[in-house]
Formats: sequence, structure tokens, C-alpha cells
Amino acid sequence: MSKLKLATVWLDGCSGCHMSFLDMDERLLELAELVDVVYSPIVDTKEFPDEVDIALVEGAVASVDDEKKIKKIRAHSKMLVAMGDCAVAGNVPSMRNPIGPEAILQRAYIENASAQQQIPCVVVPKLLKVVRPIHEFVKVDVFLPGCPPSADTFHTALTALVTGGPVDIPALTRFGA
Amino acid sequence: MSDAVEVKTLIIDGEEVSALRGQTILEVARENGIDIPTLCHLDGLSDVGACRMCLVEIKGSNKLLPACVATVFEGMEVTTKSERLQKHRRTILEMLFAERNHICSVCVSNGNCELQSLGQEQGLTHIRLPYRNPELPVDASHERYTVDHNRCILCTRCVRACAEIEGAHVWDVMGRGINSIVITDLHEEWGSSTCTKCGKCVQVCPTGALYDKSKIGVDHPKNPDFLPYLNLMREAQ
Repeated sequence: MSKLKLATVWLDGCSGCHMSFLDMDERLLELAELVDVVYSPIVDTKEFPDEVDIALVEGAVASVDDEKKIKKIRAHSKMLVAMGDCAVAGNVPSMRNPIGPEAILQRAYIENASAQQQIPCVVVPKLLKVVRPIHEFVKVDVFLPGCPPSADTFHTALTALVTGGPVDIPALTRFGA
Repeated sequence: MSDAVEVKTLIIDGEEVSALRGQTILEVARENGIDIPTLCHLDGLSDVGACRMCLVEIKGSNKLLPACVATVFEGMEVTTKSERLQKHRRTILEMLFAERNHICSVCVSNGNCELQSLGQEQGLTHIRLPYRNPELPVDASHERYTVDHNRCILCTRCVRACAEIEGAHVWDVMGRGINSIVITDLHEEWGSSTCTKCGKCVQVCPTGALYDKSKIGVDHPKNPDFLPYLNLMREAQ
């Protein structure tokens, strides 16, 4: 049997979900028997591959770049998993929503900057007006809440998804877990 | 009608149970070990039917009734669990999550929140409604407690505990519909209000909306269990 192609993506999140994923420790070796990690912040591939079986997405959609990425990921993935509270619910990145991106940039780069006060406008992507969970942009197949979901949650959920077995996600994790 | 105790017989989830006249469906169900999820209800406080989590089906009626305020009648047939009820309960929870800014991961009540645990119990993994993300105030003017309106679900437990148990009636609700917020006195800062600093409102708050400043962190359980005991002691006097 050929291995499933697994991708992991990091949008507007803190990378904590990826850290928790790595916390599966020796169980990653079992997982590596079943899947190939074809794209991830922890591998070298720069472009999202054309055909992915399972895409784990960490982070909310906060910039025009995130929006472009999530649409591309959806188009090339058979199963899309919202990994962690930012992807599932907006979480901490969405705390700027009531005050808007201008106020945030002003505070970070002008008011709190002691030198070189300027709002970055080249290379970095433009921020969206509001930060949204990924299911408000594309269809999501599996929601895995938690901040971050624990290594045990990852192990149980991923094993089920890879082998096609049943999984009761609310029994494993919750918002803020 | 005579004051004599009148016994009613009814059926809850297929089980024949007996109740006293005037008892609510919720009371009778819980006495018989049948759980109905609740959020605004709290043992020891009056019931207002605000959150609608406890909606149940009554045979012969299209209307769903809140079990915390609906009283029993002879021959009543109640269903507390069905696909229809589950759908409504989930939607209610989703509306509560979407209405204000409930960021569980950074909330003082993370792990000790009734909204959070009820969401998990009812199988919520995401919110299908768009988040409103309103801009809401946090009043930390009180020397001991803080009110964070971002986390308030308007259950009015604080209002009832303050008025009914403490007898101070400092808390109340201002505004209408989605613009409602809980206020102290006539919308004065909590710190300069007539608050007696008893802290009952904090203990009965189901979320992180009211919290004790000295106990910020994940280990911050609320202890509302004192209410029925307090009422019992007062009645005995």
C-alpha cells in the first residue's frame, strides 16, 4: 500500500499546534510508516504539492496571503483538517477584530517603537480587516479544537483519519484545551 | 383549590415518575436522575428561562418548553433528548459563542467554564455562525473583582444572586436585545457602586465574565454550591 501524503500548514497561529504535533515523540515513527510528510514548515518543500491526501492547517486566516494559501490548499487536498483553535475559531489572532488592523499596526509599529517608526508595507502581505476561522473561507472536513490539541489528541485523531477508523473528537478535546 | 399536597403522575423519557403540584419539569427530572442541560438555572436562585438550553418536548404540543420554568401536569409526556432538541441546544450554544468574544484559551475560566464544558458535552467542534466580535468594555474598577463583558452570556445569575440572596440588587441588565449588558447600580463603575463586596455574583457566574482578581489563572473554579445550603439555613431560622 502506498503511503498517504500528509501536509501541515502554518497560517496565523503561534506554531504551538505544530509543537504539540511533534510532541507525539516516538509515535511519529509509527505515523511515518503510514504517511509521507510532503509539505510542512518542518520540511524543505516550498510549494504546496498538487495532490495531498490530508492537510492539517494551523492558524486563522488573517492576511490576503493566508486567504490565497487556504484556497490553494483546499483545491489540492482530499481532506482538510482545521488544527487547533486559531484555525477552528480565530482564537488569539481574532482578538484584534473589535479594534481593527490599523489600530493594531499603529500600536505595534508607531506608538511602541522607539526607533524607525513605520508600518511595514512591502514584502509582508496586507492584513484582512477581520481575522476569520478557515471554515469561513473553504470547506473543512475535520475540526480539531484545542490550544493546542494535545499530542494524545493528535495521535488518536490522526491514527483514525489515516486508517479510516471512527473518531469522537468532542470526547478528545475542546475549545481552549 | 385546597392546600393539600397534590401528586401528579407524568412520563419523562418513557419513565413514569410522580411529582408534586407546582414542581418544574427540571426539578422532577433531576430528582429521578434524568439530566437536562442547563446554563442560566442554578440551584438556590429563581428561574428565568433565559438561556433555553433546557428546552424539552411535550407530547401533543408543537412548542418546546423550558424545563426550568414549565410546571408539571397530570399525564404529561416529556421528551428531554431528541435530534430536534440536540439541534436547538447546539445552535443556542453556537449563538452564545458567536455573540461576544469568547477566547477560551486566554480566559481566566478556561477549564472551569460552564459554556465551554456544555459546548463539549453537546459535541460542538466549531461555530457555524459568523463571529460578531463586538467591542466591549472590561470594568476592573472594583478592588477585588473584574467584569469582562466579552465573556458574559447574559444568564443573569449575578443579578439574581445579588438581589435574591445578598439582598443588595446592585446588578441589573441595561439595554435591549443584542445590546444588553449587565450593569452595577445605574451603570456606575463597579468600584464606586453600592456593591457589598460579598462576591456571590462571582461564584455563580458560569463563565469568565465575573472573576476574582486574586485568582487569575487556569486554576480558578467557581463554587456556587453554597446557595442551596445558605437558603436551607435561612429557612431553618
